[in-house]
Amino acid sequence: MSILADQNTRLLVQGMGREGRFHAEQAIEYGTRFVGGVHPGRGGGAALGRPLFNNVAQAVADTGANTTLIFVPGPAAADAIMEAIDAGIGLVVCITDGIPIRDMLLVRRYMVGKNVSLLGPNCPGLISPGKAKVGIMPAHIHKPGRVAVLSRSGTLTYEAVSQLTARGIGQSTCVGIGGDPVGGLTFVHCLEKFQQDPETDALVLIGEIGGTAEEDAAAYIAQHVTKPVVGFIAGQTAPPGRRMGHAGAIIAGGQGTAASKIAALERSGIKVVHSPASIGETVVDVLKHMG
Amino acid sequence: MKIHEYQGKEILRAYNVPVPRGNVASSPQEARQAAAALGGNRWVVKAQIHAGGRGKGGGVQVAASTAEVEQSAATLLGQKLVTPQTGPEGRIVQRVLIEEGCDIAQELYCGIVIDRQLGQPVCMVSPVGGMDIEAVAATAPDRIFRESIDVLLGLAPFQARRLVEQLKVGAEAQQALPSLLRKLYDIFYDKDCTLLEINPLILTDVGIPLVLDVKMEFDDNALFRHPDVEALRDLAEEDPLEVEASKHKLNYVKLIGNIGCIVNGAGLAMATMDIIKLAGAAPANFLDVGGGASVEAVENAFRLLMADPHVQAVLINVFGGILRCDVFAQGVLQAMANVQVTVPVVVRMEGTNVEEGRRILAESGRNFRIADNMADAAHQVVQAIQG
Repeated sequence: MSILADQNTRLLVQGMGREGRFHAEQAIEYGTRFVGGVHPGRGGGAALGRPLFNNVAQAVADTGANTTLIFVPGPAAADAIMEAIDAGIGLVVCITDGIPIRDMLLVRRYMVGKNVSLLGPNCPGLISPGKAKVGIMPAHIHKPGRVAVLSRSGTLTYEAVSQLTARGIGQSTCVGIGGDPVGGLTFVHCLEKFQQDPETDALVLIGEIGGTAEEDAAAYIAQHVTKPVVGFIAGQTAPPGRRMGHAGAIIAGGQGTAASKIAALERSGIKVVHSPASIGETVVDVLKHMG
Repeated sequence: MKIHEYQGKEILRAYNVPVPRGNVASSPQEARQAAAALGGNRWVVKAQIHAGGRGKGGGVQVAASTAEVEQSAATLLGQKLVTPQTGPEGRIVQRVLIEEGCDIAQELYCGIVIDRQLGQPVCMVSPVGGMDIEAVAATAPDRIFRESIDVLLGLAPFQARRLVEQLKVGAEAQQALPSLLRKLYDIFYDKDCTLLEINPLILTDVGIPLVLDVKMEFDDNALFRHPDVEALRDLAEEDPLEVEASKHKLNYVKLIGNIGCIVNGAGLAMATMDIIKLAGAAPANFLDVGGGASVEAVENAFRLLMADPHVQAVLINVFGGILRCDVFAQGVLQAMANVQVTVPVVVRMEGTNVEEGRRILAESGRNFRIADNMADAAHQVVQAIQG
């Protein structure tokens, strides 16, 4: 198994500009089943040997797509997400950075009562090594295996993954939930899936300052997760009131500090590493301990 | 993006939210004229800076004559104002707001923020106004009342009434406040705010609500649809290097250390700052040049770091991923050909063609220190500043 994406993934890409096309190509190269692209105005054409559509509903009807990867620019991205939800796509992954928060509030409202998982926005996507890649991460650093990686970041996730792979530890699924304050899947949603996934033995959780997603994750882990978790929180040296690149990475009103998150994770029995360089070796230790 | 109090009050006025009459001034003479134009016999002179806690820093003064208004303005304008929120460096006051004085019977609080977990805006009110809402939350959490807002509906009349009821105010205010709260939410929504805080929201001696102070923050990602709001940006309130960085679409935050950082990706950039600290030094900045780390971005990044006199060494930490390390290494050399880099540079690269990338740097004739991994990079950069 793995979570969210596997051999059954039928991938659509919304926004077949330069970036969308490049990552569709990379996904194909990795063996993901890319079934078509959506680009309003280019319907009827083709890209990478697959059809292009003007709208998502038509694309789903013709290709049976069940997953979509969105590269549509910020001002129009929320509309693209809702179009995908409307078309009945089960997993919507939005890479786009810079979507207005108000647009995402409307997306969240639109999702109520609908059977959809939204990953992102402002995220690297996800990969189930050896099975499917639905995102922008470099494929070659991954290796199939039994450790899950869950993160709010992009390149820092790659850093953690490469530390694992360098030590011979493969991954079941690596998920980047994104750096925006309002998005879809949270740490808790993903933890629930990883706890149930028989092919995941342990987890790496990479959080950062801002919000309370890590505190919520800690509370959930204490109650429901029996698999070992190694944690890291980025932004231990970040000043309050300043946005650190990600729209969601800000300590506001005394809330969202790294110290508070580290304390919450440690209280839940999670092994928290203080140096980002020690993630790999700590997972090695934890796995050894499991025997 | 933040704006000044006087600008926020202009927006409130346009929505018929009651605010005291006032005029903004940038010289003591203008301040005196503004007071005379307002009339009355009591005025408040308020320093306009993008930071709270102005009262505690002496930035809000009461004057009983137009001469006193002029005097107060003279003590504030052009001077550095230090408040609990500015940090020790303070802010230079460029403008003051002159307002008519009013009689305060009660101070309330109203704030609208986005609840990240719920994915909904939340309107909060409290009968404990005039102090930090965080302090109220810590000492008297039961004195803060909340309503989550359905974005398709807005703040519903019944919700606004329910909030006001809990404030236990007089009949007059009970009548007037619900529609005021709904107008505030309309502003919050219409203008793509991320924060709208009225503290205090006062009731005058005759029971009429009035917005005494307003703090508004706007979603940077939504400014494209609000040119009127974007026009309110005051670059003088921002760090000049950060203004320069934003022109080049670089995510840069100036810090107080001496190790300049160039990193691709926000999470990795924060982690890089953290590991520098663990190695015993302090980062001079947060800087995310974007996942692709283009030549142009790296060149602009070097230019920014070299403009910061505190930077004694530079640490480049790039996780190549899809970007090839050999291409990146060429880019670094190209950038350094255009910018005079006078401090040691430690480079840590990871990704495709990393060996080739390292060779290019090593054979460039420049004195790069090449690191094997993040921990080694932090160690080397700390060594570099220690000589």
